[in-house]
Amino acid sequence: MSTSTSSYYLPEPSHWPILGSIGLFSVFAGAALWLNKAGVGPMVMGIGLTIFVYMLFGWFGTVIRESEAGIFNKQVDISFRWGMFWFIVSEVMFFAAFFGALFYARVLAVPWLGGAGSEFSTHQFLWPEFSPSWPMSVMPDPSTFSAYKEVIPAFGVPALNTAILLSSGGTVTIAHWALKRNNRSALCWWLFATLSLGFLFVGLQAMEYAHAYSELGLTLKSGIYGTTFFMLTGFHGLHVTIGATMLTVIWLRSVSGHFKPDHHFGFEAVAWYWHFVDVVWLGLFVFVYWL
Amino acid sequence: MGHSKTGGGISGVLATLALLWSQTAGADYALNMTRGVTELSREFYDLHMLILWICCAIAVLVFSVMFWSIFKHRKSQGAVAAQFHHSTKAELIWTIIPIIILVGMAFPATKALVKMESTGDADMTVKITGHQWKWHYEYVDAGFGFFSVLAADSNEARALGSGKNPEEVENYLLEVDRPLVLPVGKKVRFLMTANDVIHAWWVPALGWKRDSIPGYINESWARIDEPGTYRGQCAELCGKDHGFMPIVVKAVPEDEYYAWVEEALVAQVDASAGADREWSKDELMTKGEQVYGTFCVACHQPNGQGIPPAFPALAGSVIAAGPVAEHLDRVMNGKPGTAMAAFGAQLNDVDLAAVTTYERNAFGNNAGDVVQPAAIKAARK
Amino acid sequence: MSEAVMHGHEHHDHHPTGWKRWLFTTNHKDIGTLYMLFSLVMFFVGGAMAMVIRAELLHPGLQYVDTQFFNSMTTLHALVMIFGVVMPGTVGFANWLIPMMIGAPDMALPRMNNWSFWILPFAFTLLLVTLFVPGGGPAGGWTMYPPLMLQTGDAMPFVIFAVHFLGASSIMGSINIIATIFNMRAPGMSFMRLPLFVWTWLITSFLLIATIPVLAGAVTMLLTDKYFGTSFFNAAGGGDPVLFQHVFWFFGHPEVYILILPAFGIVSQILPTFSRKPLFGYESMVYATASIAFLSFFVWAHHMFTVGMPLAGELFFMYATMSIAVPTGVKVFNWVSTMWRGSLTFETPMLFAISFVVLFSIGGFSGLMLGITPADFQYHDTYFVVAHFHYVLVTGAIFAMMAGVYYWLPKWTGHMYDETLGQWHFWLSTISVNVLFFPQHFLGLAGMPRRIPDYAVQFAEWNFISSIGGFVFGLSQLLFLYIIVKCIRGGEKATDRVWEGAHGLEWTLSSPPPYHTFVTPPQVTDATAHS
Ligand code: HEA
Ligand code: HEA
Ligand code: HEC
Ligand code: CUA
Ligand SMILES: [Cu+2]
Repeated sequence: MSTSTSSYYLPEPSHWPILGSIGLFSVFAGAALWLNKAGVGPMVMGIGLTIFVYMLFGWFGTVIRESEAGIFNKQVDISFRWGMFWFIVSEVMFFAAFFGALFYARVLAVPWLGGAGSEFSTHQFLWPEFSPSWPMSVMPDPSTFSAYKEVIPAFGVPALNTAILLSSGGTVTIAHWALKRNNRSALCWWLFATLSLGFLFVGLQAMEYAHAYSELGLTLKSGIYGTTFFMLTGFHGLHVTIGATMLTVIWLRSVSGHFKPDHHFGFEAVAWYWHFVDVVWLGLFVFVYWL
Repeated sequence: MGHSKTGGGISGVLATLALLWSQTAGADYALNMTRGVTELSREFYDLHMLILWICCAIAVLVFSVMFWSIFKHRKSQGAVAAQFHHSTKAELIWTIIPIIILVGMAFPATKALVKMESTGDADMTVKITGHQWKWHYEYVDAGFGFFSVLAADSNEARALGSGKNPEEVENYLLEVDRPLVLPVGKKVRFLMTANDVIHAWWVPALGWKRDSIPGYINESWARIDEPGTYRGQCAELCGKDHGFMPIVVKAVPEDEYYAWVEEALVAQVDASAGADREWSKDELMTKGEQVYGTFCVACHQPNGQGIPPAFPALAGSVIAAGPVAEHLDRVMNGKPGTAMAAFGAQLNDVDLAAVTTYERNAFGNNAGDVVQPAAIKAARK
Repeated sequence: MSEAVMHGHEHHDHHPTGWKRWLFTTNHKDIGTLYMLFSLVMFFVGGAMAMVIRAELLHPGLQYVDTQFFNSMTTLHALVMIFGVVMPGTVGFANWLIPMMIGAPDMALPRMNNWSFWILPFAFTLLLVTLFVPGGGPAGGWTMYPPLMLQTGDAMPFVIFAVHFLGASSIMGSINIIATIFNMRAPGMSFMRLPLFVWTWLITSFLLIATIPVLAGAVTMLLTDKYFGTSFFNAAGGGDPVLFQHVFWFFGHPEVYILILPAFGIVSQILPTFSRKPLFGYESMVYATASIAFLSFFVWAHHMFTVGMPLAGELFFMYATMSIAVPTGVKVFNWVSTMWRGSLTFETPMLFAISFVVLFSIGGFSGLMLGITPADFQYHDTYFVVAHFHYVLVTGAIFAMMAGVYYWLPKWTGHMYDETLGQWHFWLSTISVNVLFFPQHFLGLAGMPRRIPDYAVQFAEWNFISSIGGFVFGLSQLLFLYIIVKCIRGGEKATDRVWEGAHGLEWTLSSPPPYHTFVTPPQVTDATAHS
């Protein structure tokens, strides 16, 4: 049952990781300074981001060169797969925390504030005016958190976005088949279609946000509904953006002839990530917009 | 080296500890849980002793087997290692027996829990609100309430480098200016909440603690059997003076309790008296100093220097010596996200007028003006 | 770069020297060493904070520090000990040992391995600079409950980003460990032949991957509540402060097993060696470890019995918590049976391992008591809890790590440590640690709350004794440091097997092992596998 070959690729010492740490350190320090309203914050953060992006290019560039040179054997490939898989699991758990917050607020906290269960006194003594509902448009304390007009209905742009993401999941799979058949031009075109759909999604989402902020009065500060809505969809949108960027990278690589029908882990990793982003969206569509 | 020392040392330590434990597991308050003065507290105490002894018994058993090996199965005594490494029977036994023991523990625990849940048919209700760093008690049925803060002598002695010896302060850190007075033999329902951060109201003798959480109300209850004074402390980290917000409950016979309520009601009326009249500056300053000493001193310090940067100085503060409206706004509405609470809801018009006047004219501030209770009334609208 | 393909390059030993070696290394042994040294340094940092705490608590009254600073010490002490000492320390063991134990040339993802380590010094810089920013360090306890945590000054975003940063390190570390164990085992090294230490780390890695992101989510919510106007934890906007506690402890409880499972693994390696007898109940050890990990996801609210959960919740979490005693008991009984009818000797690693079994169990028993909900209403947030978790953490995790250090130090350095000094270190530590933490049970039962800088005078005696124990324990650790340094610098040459009763692949290598090991995977059989 054990996997083994008689050789395993061991990389040379590398300066990329430490550079990554320096980059991220400045990103974090800069962001913290910024939040504390120190003037140097954005600059420190900017420098950090630059270093970090440089590191990503360098590190991934090295790996890509090694991969294209055929150094990686099957076993290394499997290690990469395990790595990507468990990374995605950790991402799932990150979203789980926010979904947990959403369910807690909907099912427990808001009803409690309205006196449900054993929290009769909470309502009676502290929030007598409050009547619970979901979406919760009038806050327990309307003087600190103002009401919004309405929420974004599920069957408008969000439904369209669902269709977009789902079909992008399809197109990336078609691209994968094309790659396996070594049909390069189909590969490139379907990949391009996928990343276009991805960016289209992000664009539509941005429009929705603008609409919510400017016309509906629905913001991050709109109590627990606005909080969970924007945090969940926001982090998802961030992941879509990352995913679409990665798609762009592998599209460019495909265009320049990378990947082989039997050896293309870089492609698959991005595809997995893309499916993960897709699945999270389905959860969002159902629990944030629809139900 | 030191083989005999090995076993001897460990078991020596253990024996001493076990001895200490068993000798002291009696009723001595300084070593063990108090039995308390409510039915529930005694039930919890018994439960505690039960699980403690079960754990001790298991410990003795397991460790004896181990020490037997340590003494008998040592290489220096010529022991030759057996090579067994498995026994399904043994493994089953030591899975099943603990399960049985645990189920045995779960029964009384479940019973006690169910019992304490019932806050119904209470004779009276006290609403307890945690503030940084004092308690507010409201007698919901009688319709009055008051703050309860750390007693002055403890407060003085506890300061860093106060030079006062805590041993010489009576009930150091466990005394308050106004205790919560409760009747014995009545089922008292407690409603707990907080104004700023989470606190926990805990008097060991009453049996259990509950968190007081801002925005929510938790309920618990007690029926105190014996008159007496019972002390406790805040039991949830609530900031820098978490260690200095004690609780004192004075349990008195019923008739005494009612007499006390009458008195308290009269005092309450006296306290809010005078809101309609004009106050002199001296009156306001005297009253203000007193209010300041109770409500503000913990953060802004006796000399008004605060503890910057967390707690700003009031001496020379642009707010405390600036426009009255802004000053009042800060005091009455606080500043969300900081420890500065909204005192508008906590203090009456006279107290607010007095304390703002005081702040404007003390610690070297000389705004010179006075703030009248009427101004507060106006600001409330 | 192709020369780095290991096949046929048995003595491929060229690598940068000097500081570049440590900065850029992709070698599991170097990275393991870095982790261990980092952990050791942080132990003294976190320990120094503990000494501040114990000094202030030596007598009633405030003597040395103001209350806000005291709270920062408590908070940072815990964060440093947990994230800076125990986690990196056990990852250090994993790095050094897992490849050698499973017959692999290195970790599966060596460059990422470097990154996991080199994040730590930067992350701790972020965390510890907070002591110098306006408003002082974080003072809301390591549990960071809002709304109190939201009152933190400028330190707040630094702490939160440090947690994110550390989390990234842990996740990469655990991904690496999982990939290594799944993918790099030598032929014949089946799962049921893995040394127990490897098993415990495999399971720990799953715990990390499942929970660290949740912690990241929790602190992110804190950040947005403070700076971006969200209302996760604010009832005025429909949130609930208790929500944070649920999210935090969903991470926090599995976290305590993340700290202890590798310790279980270490002890399970050591006891058989010095008993000269195979580990008793290997399979049930594996299943027990997995059960503990599984159950750990369903007990989190036992830290929050007093927040006023509905009765059904209280009961569920009480029963679930109690059930963890069963698999843990299996482990304890197996350890005892391993010693039973063995041929025991008592070198320092064995002494620490035995001490671990006894003292960890004491901590486990108090844990069980805490798990009984009605009793916890009295124990909660008192020194009884502090006593509980220091028994499982200090005499549990830390003692196991010390045992492991003595056990493998000769393998790592090629020199024997000084056995006499080791014995001294053991006895000083074991006696003083009990003087330090045992009286805290009494304090808690007598009603002393935790996280207070000053206390009522009836608590004076035990606090005094506890502090004295603390100082002695702290000073004893200087001896530990001395022993390690001395051993690194020289000493009696260690043999390959080092210990008479030692089994497992790592003992087939020379001491110290060559820079690259198992470039040709060994063939593992039942005879060579058993730990
Ligand atoms: C390594 C870390 C570690 C470990 C292993 C444990 C193990 C356990 N812990 Fe502990 N715990 C902490 C670290 C740890 N804990 C920390 C850090 C805190 C405080 C956090 C904070 O608030 O800051 C805490 C707090 C804590 C609480 C909350 C207390 C409170 O705040 O009110 C509770 C309550 O249930 C608890 C329970 C348990 C239980 C039941 C176990 C069980 O796993 C123990 C099981 C072991 C045994 C029971 C002994 C061996 C068994 C036998 C010999 C078999 C036979 C036994 C019986 C049948 C009884 N722990
Ligand atoms: C692995 C985790 C770990 C470890 C190893 C320790 C180790 C120690 N802890 Fe820790 N502790 C926690 C985890 C840990 N703790 C946690 C999670 C909390 C809860 C925090 C919270 O409430 O938020 C806590 C809280 C805590 C408190 C309660 C504080 C409070 O409630 O206000 C106390 C008090 O005694 C304490 C003491 C100690 C001591 C004396 C040690 C000793 O074992 C330390 C020994 C080590 C050294 C001392 C370092 C080596 C020596 C030197 C630096 C040389 C100098 C020596 C001298 C000057 C004598 N700890
Ligand atoms: C729990 C701690 C605490 C208590 C008690 C407290 N304050 Fe404050 N106070 C603060 C903090 C923190 C600020 C700073 C708020 C900010 O960041 O602007 C503050 C600010 C102020 C300011 C504005 C000062 C300035 O220059 O910014 C005034 C005036 C003030 N408090 C008055 C009072 C009065 C009057 C009381 C008592 C009735 C009181 N405070 C009690 C913590 C406290
Ligand atoms: Cu209030 Cu602690
Ligand atoms: Cu726990």
